[in-house]
Amino acid sequence: MPQIEVSGIYKTFKVARRSSGLRQAVKSLFYREYDTVEALKDVSFTVDTGEIVGYIGPNGAGKSTTIKIISGILVPDRGKCTILGRVPWKERISHVRNIGVVFGQRTQLWWDVPVIDSYELLRDIYKIPRREYMNNLDLLVDTLDLKGIINTPVRQLSLGQRMRCELGASLLHSPGILFLDEPTIGLDAESKIAVRQFIKTINREKNVTVILTTHDMSDIEALANRILLIGNGRIVYDGNLNDLKGRFSTHKTIIINFREYNSPIDDKTLGIPGVSIVSCSQEKLTLRVDGNGILLTDIISRLSNIVDIVDISVESQPIDELIVKLYREYVI
Amino acid sequence: MKLYFKYMSILLKSQMQYRASFWLLSIGQFFVPFSVFAGLYFLFERFGSIRGWSFFEVALCFGVINMAFSITECFVRGFDIFSNLVVSGDFDRVLLRPRSTFIQVLGSQFEFTRLGRLLQGVIVLVWAAVNLSIRWTVFKIITLILMIISGIFIFTGIFVLAATLCFWTIQGIEVANIFTYGGKEISQYPLNIYKKWITRFFTFIIPFGCVNYLPLMYLLDRTQYNYHFYMLTPLIGILFIIPCLGVWEMGVKHYRSTGS
Repeated sequence: MPQIEVSGIYKTFKVARRSSGLRQAVKSLFYREYDTVEALKDVSFTVDTGEIVGYIGPNGAGKSTTIKIISGILVPDRGKCTILGRVPWKERISHVRNIGVVFGQRTQLWWDVPVIDSYELLRDIYKIPRREYMNNLDLLVDTLDLKGIINTPVRQLSLGQRMRCELGASLLHSPGILFLDEPTIGLDAESKIAVRQFIKTINREKNVTVILTTHDMSDIEALANRILLIGNGRIVYDGNLNDLKGRFSTHKTIIINFREYNSPIDDKTLGIPGVSIVSCSQEKLTLRVDGNGILLTDIISRLSNIVDIVDISVESQPIDELIVKLYREYVI
Repeated sequence: MKLYFKYMSILLKSQMQYRASFWLLSIGQFFVPFSVFAGLYFLFERFGSIRGWSFFEVALCFGVINMAFSITECFVRGFDIFSNLVVSGDFDRVLLRPRSTFIQVLGSQFEFTRLGRLLQGVIVLVWAAVNLSIRWTVFKIITLILMIISGIFIFTGIFVLAATLCFWTIQGIEVANIFTYGGKEISQYPLNIYKKWITRFFTFIIPFGCVNYLPLMYLLDRTQYNYHFYMLTPLIGILFIIPCLGVWEMGVKHYRSTGS
């Protein structure tokens, strides 16, 4: 049975129409016009225990709204949702006891006191048994490398250090599910890698289900075996990343370095349909390979008859480009 | 309740990070209502009495209300500045934790510097109590304590109502101040000095009458009959919190369906 089951969720918001001008502003004090925004339209998906799901989509597509509904903050207009056997908005308290939530842009720690004090308070809020708390704390301090910063007030931490502490805070009560809303936003390369590494570890060792939203596609590449793409309030793609690449990546770029070779190589010398030369010098050849049917060995064996190959690198289309293409395809 | 004290200790620690500011604010808070009290004093020096109430009788009332108000401002501060929590989106975090929204908002902020003001209320109260020719009995002392407690509950109720308003409109918060600060100013005097409709409003809608006028009559032996009733009126004031909590729950429900 899936751990998270969402089916047919609809949510609309009323947004007050803003107009300019003093007269309009005064008028709006007494009477306001509203626009109805359909934030979610028939959203359905299921997630199994231990999955890492990347939840992506452009700004305003409905990612946050979905997260808010499945974490029990918001009540949808209609639709069903069961998480660990509970309806989040009906049994808020017992539901939130089993989930952890990190918002990359906000803190859940108390700003002026050492991190450990916040952790202690969370222990009381979640009523975590002493033993479980100590075990989790030890594990988190180890894996997140918190030893040096746990006695520092939060306001004095760097963003990367703070994010590590936030992750720790969200896992103290051993939740089965972790929602991460842009966990790597604004982090430097090192911190990003540390955060990703940690998410992987916790997923593997504690079998924690992770749903993460992000705009950083390298997060998705590093972590998620499955992506959900939302646009205009609808789920438009649900599947794994490799399938997506297979469907949408149109070309690869191959760069070949070889020993100096003086006569120029053109498409005719190469003679493989679907492979075209982008640039050519005396030591370097750049090829564009369209479609997926072409075997790399054909290209190499053909070329090795002509030149002495020193180095080869293959670059797929960057995943960001893929996503942009995907957004366009579904007009979102 | 244990959790409430944990919240308190972490926020006390936070405020102690800025020690100088803490002490200066506390001292400032001690002197702020002093000017108001001086105004009261000079008023009575000029006119002698208001509707048969002497200076020390009014001072007793003033002391009770100021003590109740400063305790409320100190411990229910979370509701007083609740609009911040909604504007910053941190109320979402409250909903993500497995505790009631009420206790969490209560624990989200304390304003310990208000205890300076509490001290002033105590001084005025003691000064008035000593100078009035009241025969203090155990029942009277209990009533006096109940008056303060009842005052705390009523102010808490008003703060909760004002906070609930934030779920619908942030701008409307100024209106709520009429009832918090306005209510405090008005209830510093025995209610029967005002126009009938004001007295009625602050007795039957917001039951300040249960804190000052009615039990004051008992303390000053001005009741001919039914003095048990006058004695227990502060308990009725405490009940005011119940509908306020109901309204709060409605507000939270509204927030969860609109997300703003």
